[in-house]
Amino acid sequence: MRHGKYRFVASFLAVPLVLYVFYVLWPYAQAFWIALTSWNGFAPPEYTGFSNFSRMFHDRLFIKAVEHNLFLLLTLPLITVAIALFLSFMLNVGGRSHSGIRSGVWGSKFYRVVFFFPQVLAVAIIGVLFQQILRPDTSGAVNGPLHALGLGPIGFLTNPTVAMWTVLGVLVWQAVGFYVVLFSAGMVSIPQDIYEAAELDGANRISMFFRVTLPLLFDTVQVAWVYLGIAAFDAFALVQVLTVEQGGPDGATTVLANQIYRENFINSRAGYASAIGVALFFLTLTFAALTIRLTRRERIEF
Amino acid sequence: MTTTHTDDVSASAPSARQPRSHAAAAGAERRRQVNLLAGLGHIALVIWALLVLLPLVWTFLAAFKTNAEIFGDAWTLPSHWSFAAFGRAWSKAHISTYMFNSVIIVVFSTFGTMLFGSMAAYVLARYRFWGNRFVYYLFVAGLAFPVFLAIVPLFFQVKNLGIVPVIGPYIGLGSRFGLILVYIAYSLPFTVFFLAAFFKTLPNSIAEAAIVDGASHTRLYFRVMLPMARSGIVSITIFNILGQWNQFLLPVALIQGQDADKRWVLTQGIANISTQAGYEADWPALFAALTLSILPMIVVYAIFQRQIQAGLTAGALK
Repeated sequence: MRHGKYRFVASFLAVPLVLYVFYVLWPYAQAFWIALTSWNGFAPPEYTGFSNFSRMFHDRLFIKAVEHNLFLLLTLPLITVAIALFLSFMLNVGGRSHSGIRSGVWGSKFYRVVFFFPQVLAVAIIGVLFQQILRPDTSGAVNGPLHALGLGPIGFLTNPTVAMWTVLGVLVWQAVGFYVVLFSAGMVSIPQDIYEAAELDGANRISMFFRVTLPLLFDTVQVAWVYLGIAAFDAFALVQVLTVEQGGPDGATTVLANQIYRENFINSRAGYASAIGVALFFLTLTFAALTIRLTRRERIEF
Repeated sequence: MTTTHTDDVSASAPSARQPRSHAAAAGAERRRQVNLLAGLGHIALVIWALLVLLPLVWTFLAAFKTNAEIFGDAWTLPSHWSFAAFGRAWSKAHISTYMFNSVIIVVFSTFGTMLFGSMAAYVLARYRFWGNRFVYYLFVAGLAFPVFLAIVPLFFQVKNLGIVPVIGPYIGLGSRFGLILVYIAYSLPFTVFFLAAFFKTLPNSIAEAAIVDGASHTRLYFRVMLPMARSGIVSITIFNILGQWNQFLLPVALIQGQDADKRWVLTQGIANISTQAGYEADWPALFAALTLSILPMIVVYAIFQRQIQAGLTAGALK
């Protein structure tokens, strides 16, 4: 039996472990080594120490990419969580109370289903979709009505100062529904009598939200914040598909992931691309460590 | 606020010192305020629903328009409803090919992910052996790394596989089977992490009874444990199907080379199609292609929306 157990364990672990080590762990390990070389993908790699990393500080596009990732890191969680909290509060607690039982607003199930839908769509599809919707002339779905209102056409993707906000807007558009569902699940588990007690004490909707819902939902909000922070370090597919020149105009929307892709697959600088990958890894790690540190607090049991 | 007892419950029993009319007036005021807030909230819900739906509706409508109509007024209906653009998108713009590739790849890669992922998770969760914790953390460590860190070495690794004799063409760059293996490998960390936690919660008694009845380890797993873990398996299967169907970076990096566009997946094809539509000046076909790739998702989502929402949020709630 004992002998049989070890053979069984080995037979179940062998294939997944081999696939995982070969395709995932080994490339990750290699990346740290390639980052220290001037490899171009063809000639044998040459060790160049940390020169790839010092090069970053003079790379205009790299610096822009870091700025854009940090911009997303600050704005994406804040805006998405704010909108999602508001909408889910309206869905779940916003309704009238019938003899003490608070119900969601009319049609709340429908809204939840609709809000969540963009989450199911591929980012690449959303990218092409919004490319058309945000067309700069009056044939665009947004610029057409804007023109009718007498407002000039906005170069959502062509104006360098607007383009990054457009990327943010589309990311928020896709993300909100997911967090509405997540927060709704959290709100449903808050006991009804807490709301009743608050109501008896004369709390209105606004103070109920800030004094009851938000504190009891803190753990879920924290999870959402970490998820959106990690998403802020990605944004690859959307920038690649949606923006002009895959990160333009003139680098106005590029992010680190797109720089990795560009340096390796277009400029054939495998060494430098890997170095950017290492930088991205440490940025993500720093963010995760900081979030866990800063948001540590007592858990409210209910 | 003049009083603290203004809601429905206490309004029926007003405090003795307060005149009745005062309490009633305050109650009415409070109710009006609540209605106003609820009304505003409902307007916000309607606005967001429109923000989600209108871009999709606009795209579907544009598939029926002519080039001239597409570049005319944005919000007019098509003058006549012709499905011609859908035919062109399906065959000429190769949406049928991309869709076929995506389906084939996701069917096999999700099946492989669930088979190997659940096997690894099961032994890691329920068997004590030397190195168990080490292997478990090896898998979980994969969650901490961004895929972008691996993409450069991964590309060259898969490229090198292409020159392996005999099997090279089937696992190298631009091969569907090669991409399936990569999808499985990159889906394992989360699948193992989630399912291991799930297998741990299953009761011991049934497993012990099966062993007493003489079931082998393999039989115990496939006949007893796997069926018991069904709800967890379903959640993660949905999670993996959607993740792999929507994957963009891996196919763009790995399905390239000569004639690779015959093996492109849907996301790749759609991303490329907007450039192509520009060359060929066939914009209705672009919108038809978008519609064709969105509609199946709406149908699937409409049928399985409960399971999909549960599957995708399962990871966040763990």
